[in-house]
Amino acid sequence: MDLLFLKVWQRNAKAWAKHVRASLIGNLGQPFLFLVAMGYGLGREIPDIHGLTYLQFIAPGLVASATMYSAAFEATFGSYTRLATQKTFEAILMTPVSSYDLGLGEVVWGATKGLLSGIIMVAALPLFGVIPSPWTLLIPFVLFLEGMIFAAFGLVMTALASNYEFFNYFTSLILTPLFLFSGIFFPLDALHPAASLGIRLLPLSHVVDLNRSLCYGRLGPADWISALMVVAYAVVMTATAVSLLHRRLIK
Amino acid sequence: MNQEAVVEVSGVKKRFGDRWAVSSISFSIARGECLALLGPNGAGKTTTIHMLLGLVVPDGGSIRVFGLEASGHLKEIKQGTGVCPQNDNLDPDLTVVENLVTYASYFGIGKREALARAGELLEFFALSNRSDEVIQNLSGGQRRRLLIARALINRPGLFILDEPTIGLDPQARHLIWERLEALKAGGTTMLLTSHYMEEVSVLADRVIILDSGRVVVEGRVDELVREMVGNQVVEVSGPKARLQEIAESVEGCDVETESNGTRLYVYLKGPCDRLDALGDHGLVVVRRPANLEDLFLRLTGRRLREE
Repeated sequence: MDLLFLKVWQRNAKAWAKHVRASLIGNLGQPFLFLVAMGYGLGREIPDIHGLTYLQFIAPGLVASATMYSAAFEATFGSYTRLATQKTFEAILMTPVSSYDLGLGEVVWGATKGLLSGIIMVAALPLFGVIPSPWTLLIPFVLFLEGMIFAAFGLVMTALASNYEFFNYFTSLILTPLFLFSGIFFPLDALHPAASLGIRLLPLSHVVDLNRSLCYGRLGPADWISALMVVAYAVVMTATAVSLLHRRLIK
Repeated sequence: MNQEAVVEVSGVKKRFGDRWAVSSISFSIARGECLALLGPNGAGKTTTIHMLLGLVVPDGGSIRVFGLEASGHLKEIKQGTGVCPQNDNLDPDLTVVENLVTYASYFGIGKREALARAGELLEFFALSNRSDEVIQNLSGGQRRRLLIARALINRPGLFILDEPTIGLDPQARHLIWERLEALKAGGTTMLLTSHYMEEVSVLADRVIILDSGRVVVEGRVDELVREMVGNQVVEVSGPKARLQEIAESVEGCDVETESNGTRLYVYLKGPCDRLDALGDHGLVVVRRPANLEDLFLRLTGRRLREE
């Protein structure tokens, strides 16, 4: 194992470090605004859910959404720029770095950006009166796997894209519905059982549940299923992304 | 099998859709040799290079580089190969020196060693004073030099240059040729593609002319020109009927003629008295030594290739 994917990761980290501030504000603005608007604004009018205030209820889910958006955007707009506009991938493939190393490096990099956004969100929670349990220390592992899932999903889109407009499908038809219906803003038992089952087959609701359980130290048997789903999705999505990127790059 | 061959390509072919980009080409490059691939656009030059690098998977034939079968040893092969691509794909997010050090990292070269090599290469390519510049602020010639420098960061045993001076002004081109000649003198094995016949004449020991994915001719530049074109070329411009007469009048000499309507080309392999008096008859006559461009156009035709 020559770990060449780490060189791809390092290249991206180096480039990103040059405009870290704009990047973080861009990625974190939205979830923080949601936390303030929904948690403080709307939350005042809403009764407790499962013994949590509305702000406490949505905060762990918004952590998950910050990770999802950061990872997905990096692996679409970021990766596509390196693929098509800057031809960075082409340059890298002329070295011993293979298309598989490259794909894995891009996924892990996107996951890293997602993880970073999520960690900053978690660290900021006490400012909003959310006091996390010691179990919260496990949340970064969940966030990294979540980052792998959505970076890989984004990279699949990149491998299929012929222009930036293509990513509108991804954001409008996949990310936004996941954001709204994965149990961040309301419990899934409010939905029709069929809809609820559909959501359960997708990854984000499991990340939201895990984050909430870890944040408030209320772990139960269902969390094991969630953990399994997250790991399975991370593995399958990464393998899919790497193989589709290979097909895009090697003719 | 030739022990000294750095590259051995035999019977390699590649189809894109229903078009054969490369149909069964074979060649080899000896250690220390510079081989040029010449051909019109779409002849299969870049596809051939991409097959050596595993970026395009051949539909048949075999490729060996450094004695290793390409399909199973791409990492080892690329570890010893430097590539200056046709398109500028420098990393615009990084500075000049960061481009080199980052590229070196893909070869597993540590930062300290990479910085030392980067310093030498920037010096060699007259870029030392630009080392912390962002890529956008470099001129076209500087970018090209950096692309070539980047391709040498791993001290390659095989150096592949795909149109290394495309789009450059003559000053920039000559500077690059001078540096490439120095590398060649140092024994670097090179594979070059180019549209500039002068570039090929200066750098290449041997040339292969490709057309429509096939090898049309292969050999040493001077020998090929002498055998297939001649020693001298006479170009005559004038009315069509007059050119026709001249073409007929030189038939007895050891020449070949070619006309595109307004201009007659007479390729001379021996002396021809009948041509000597032409200038006196109000025709525009140019007499010059035959060169690689004549060979190229003789073999691949004068029509444009962008169908």
